Amino acid sequence: MKRGALAAVTLGALGAAVTHRLWSSRERARAERRRIRWQVVTINRRPEEVMPEGRLPEPLARLGESIEVQVRDAPGGRGTELGARPHARIPSGVEEVMARLGGEDPRQAVRRALRESKCLIETGEVLRADEPAARRPAPIGRPPAVAARRAGGEERR
Amino acid sequence: MKALCWRGPGELSVDRVPDPRILNDQDAIVKVTLSATCGSDLDLLGGHGPAVRPGDVIGHEFLGEVVEVGQGVRRHRPGDRVVVCSVIGCGRCWHCERDMWSLCENSHPGPGASGDRWGGDTAGMFGYPHAMGGFRGGHAEYVRVPFADQGAFRVPDGVAEMDALFASDAAPTGWTGAHLGGVRPGDTVAVWGCGAVGQLAARAAMLLGAERVIAIDRHPERLMMTERHIGAETIDYTRSDVPADLRERTGGRGPDVCVEAVGPEGAATGRPRLPGRIRRRIGPGADHLVAVREAVRACRTGGSVFVLGVFAGLADRFPLGMIMDKGLTLRGARQHGQHYIPRLLELMGKGELRAAHLATHVMTLQEAPRGYELFRTRRDGCVRAVFRPWA
Repeated sequence: MKRGALAAVTLGALGAAVTHRLWSSRERARAERRRIRWQVVTINRRPEEVMPEGRLPEPLARLGESIEVQVRDAPGGRGTELGARPHARIPSGVEEVMARLGGEDPRQAVRRALRESKCLIETGEVLRADEPAARRPAPIGRPPAVAARRAGGEERR
Repeated sequence: MKALCWRGPGELSVDRVPDPRILNDQDAIVKVTLSATCGSDLDLLGGHGPAVRPGDVIGHEFLGEVVEVGQGVRRHRPGDRVVVCSVIGCGRCWHCERDMWSLCENSHPGPGASGDRWGGDTAGMFGYPHAMGGFRGGHAEYVRVPFADQGAFRVPDGVAEMDALFASDAAPTGWTGAHLGGVRPGDTVAVWGCGAVGQLAARAAMLLGAERVIAIDRHPERLMMTERHIGAETIDYTRSDVPADLRERTGGRGPDVCVEAVGPEGAATGRPRLPGRIRRRIGPGADHLVAVREAVRACRTGGSVFVLGVFAGLADRFPLGMIMDKGLTLRGARQHGQHYIPRLLELMGKGELRAAHLATHVMTLQEAPRGYELFRTRRDGCVRAVFRPWA
């Protein structure tokens, strides 16, 4: 009888620990999704070239008051770290997926503007892709095409 | 214009597509006179690549004549005969300034998917329109060349066009493997794969001072070609235990530098096992690492292994412990052509680097689907099929 009770207590404790762990990791994931991270690019130029007289690069300036911006020296003479993040609420869950597919996640516009700013400042122009020769995705090309759409102009750099 | 388009897994056709036009000030339009097949296209053709859609123009190794330039182009003008680096680089980002051109931070206008998959984006490239920047390929009558001052190189008068063609991709890729693999005078170098890249990696190793270069393949005509045109020793891996053979030839040490120039398509001696084949159909699958594994095993302790094959999938069963235990350096890169092409053209001009023999099948663009079939199956001794869009 004592053994049975001991086993029940042990199993109960294990169950509680697993539940707690799962709950914690889910909470962490939720908190991460709610957090509005800075999107940052490193530009191979000095800060005064990135923001002459404090002016934002044109692609970022177009986003107006909807974003906050930070600029700092990159370590090791790597130029300037230019960061931005949207003021808007970040969608989560299904809403996030739909926003990304529709290109309406505010982080996508920020990411694109940062990338274009970097290209403009470093090369003098925003590089454009070729005009596509075809538009309809093939069945095999679909999963990556969806991945590309979901990325929606964001990148990690 | 006419262009070779991907129509579905294993299906190519020559179609009419809109002419390219200048979209950025630093663009040039090049009229393509020669373009070549490449082993890295094969994964794309099978529909296994990161992103390919019907109508995409493929091909990334080409040579031609400048017919139009944007107002920001300084080094080229219409009429220039140029070879174009397959990798696109801006020349002004941190990586380009340090001659790591295939890591250019500005030549991929729509990064994201690749960054999510690999944890970082790389340069744009011709002929992988939905995976590497959205640039059409070179198997076409015309190609738009972004950052033309950086990526197009005037071909010197003394260099034959069929040699210069391979300065676009195969030769700089081979050079990248030998150079970044750390080949030094007196080294023994082993190269897996006697295709165009493997042969030119072997030649690069010799030109960088390697005392002995050994190339490994199974196709007799490729082995003979490597001996005859490159001057390397060869091993037929179907008739020999390669690591044992290499140890025997190198006093028991193993090669100082091992270059893998095989890739996922040619690496497996048999067909992929079923689960791997299924996974490849639905997403990033299991790549075959036969050559890389063998290189890691054969390499001398403290040596260097360089991966040139374009592996798009994931690979398990990799002998990671050997890297640590043997103190190896494992490295890989797409080619940093803008760094090497001027030197390669100079070597071609002096006759020290030849590549024209790789063009085993020269045909019109209309015949390109057949050319790819020959190239894929290696029938008729095909090493590279080369197309003349204006023939």
